[in-house]
Amino acid sequence: MNLAIKAVGIRKSFGNHEVLKGLDLEVAYGEVLCILGPSGSGKSTFLRCINHLETPNGGYVWVDGAIMGYELSRGALQELPIKKLRAQQSQLGMVFQHFNLFAHRTVLGNVIEGPMVVRGLSRAKAEAHAMDLLEQVGMAGKASSYPSQLSGGQKQRVAIARSLAMEPRVMLFDEPTSALDPELVGEVLEVMRNLARGGTTMIVVTHEIGFAREVADRVVVMIDGEIRETGAPGQVLSNPADPRVRSFLSRVLA
Amino acid sequence: MPQPSSPSIAALSLADLPGRDVAVRHLRHPGRWISGGIVVLLLALIGHAFAVGQIQWLVVGQFLTAGVIITGFGWTLLISACALVLGVALGFAFGIMRLSENPILRFAAWLYVWIFRGTPVLLQLLIWFNIALVFPRLYIPGLVDERMVDVVTPFVAAVLGLGVNEGSYLTEVVRGGIGSVDSGQKEAAHTLGMTPGQTMRRIILPQTLRLILPVLGNSAIGMLKFSSLAATIAMGEMLNAAQRIYFINGAVIELLFVCAVWYLAGTTILSIGQYYLERHFGRDAATATSERRWFRGWARRPAVEGEA
Ligand SMILES: Nc1ncnc2c1ncn2[C@@H]1O[C@H](COP(=O)(O)OP(=O)(O)OP(=O)(O)O)[C@@H](O)[C@H]1O
Ligand SMILES: [Mg+2]
Repeated sequence: MNLAIKAVGIRKSFGNHEVLKGLDLEVAYGEVLCILGPSGSGKSTFLRCINHLETPNGGYVWVDGAIMGYELSRGALQELPIKKLRAQQSQLGMVFQHFNLFAHRTVLGNVIEGPMVVRGLSRAKAEAHAMDLLEQVGMAGKASSYPSQLSGGQKQRVAIARSLAMEPRVMLFDEPTSALDPELVGEVLEVMRNLARGGTTMIVVTHEIGFAREVADRVVVMIDGEIRETGAPGQVLSNPADPRVRSFLSRVLA
Repeated sequence: MPQPSSPSIAALSLADLPGRDVAVRHLRHPGRWISGGIVVLLLALIGHAFAVGQIQWLVVGQFLTAGVIITGFGWTLLISACALVLGVALGFAFGIMRLSENPILRFAAWLYVWIFRGTPVLLQLLIWFNIALVFPRLYIPGLVDERMVDVVTPFVAAVLGLGVNEGSYLTEVVRGGIGSVDSGQKEAAHTLGMTPGQTMRRIILPQTLRLILPVLGNSAIGMLKFSSLAATIAMGEMLNAAQRIYFINGAVIELLFVCAVWYLAGTTILSIGQYYLERHFGRDAATATSERRWFRGWARRPAVEGEA
């Protein structure tokens, strides 16, 4: 098993409120991991700690040979300058619940922004690659549209293409379908299913139990800032050991 | 029991309904005609008063295109443009500093706003104009060594005074504009690996600019008018030129009217420009492409109805 991510003892507090209570997690290359859990249990915060949108108060995240935001020097973690942190962050693609497409850029402009500015690709190369990706998510026909002209499902598919354009090692999804009208959820899940089939390593925070059951290799259930259950979807979803997980699942499956 | 209030409505039977092409007679609005008539009358009275008043309209027409006035208006435009550019640059610089992580930078920006927004612009103009009393020489080792009065000419004092003052207002505008760009935009840029500088330049500032465009339009219009304050520091812009003429020929009101005509012309053109700029950038991008096409060809098209 070839590890992509190893999170060690992640703790995070906002003021006095301890949101993450020392989480450990390992994700292998090619694996699809779904994180489930009640609202407010810290799923988003955990994901944001993994890519250092939030700096953990304790613990660290190892991504393919380096510790996010730090380097190990004389037995301690030395904070990295912002530029190096950003380079590390660009190895983790992030898809947000509310898309966060750049409002002043076209669809194509959104997808080429990272490759041109961060990776220094020429416009021609970036556009060629971007058109391939837009094709892949079924959005090539809208390349010159602005985000405000798209439906939610279309925006999210563009956001996925924008993340993929950086050729990240791992894709993180934070409830990618929660802000969508029910009839638009399917098209986004379909794109994600295809990514999973293609071997993309993915961590997906979701309320879509059906998607987790069908696509995930492993499911993690978080409650109150702790991982209470982890295992194959069949086992966790139908036969959880932890009583709080059982009551959470019985509520969402009802 | 029959409803006493609606006998006539109830009396219209289905058989009496008119055909689908029935004509409609609109309500007359006598009130509108009366109030409109009163306003027209008042305008006519005011117009008549000025026409028969002690104004030599011929003199107004004569000086409207006088060389001194035109040159003065040229200076007015130049001062306004330079001061606006300076103000916008300072506004963005200090507006970004206001949101810095560094408390000392934040304090410096706050101090700038506190001082220059808190004192009258006329006072600031006079201080800039007389700055040589404080610093007789401008001396920067290896760069400049000159008498201050040679450096801070009336033109320079006017641009500094108006620009630095405007910058203090725009600092707050820019700060608010940056603050109202959704924080998700910044997070998305960070996850792509963009540095804070890249995020600011490529993602935040372009969106801020769109948000504050209406304010910048008002700044431009305000600046054109405030530039007349420079007349008090012997800057030969339009108002100053007009004053120098009427000190000699005594046609005070006539020359002030000449200035009014030119200021109105300038602010009208700026308002029209502002309208098209906002059409171009200000709205959401849903109609952006069609509007952009429209913007390119607007000179060839008839005027739009409605605003502007
Ligand atoms: N920036 C913040 N400042 C203060 N509190 C925060 C912040 N972000 C999250 N929290 C708190 O941390 C807790 C966990 O939030 P988080 O968003 O991680 O939950 P979640 O599991 O993603 O929930 P949901 O399913 O509703 O998205 C919540 O109580 C929330 O109020
Ligand atoms: Mg969440």
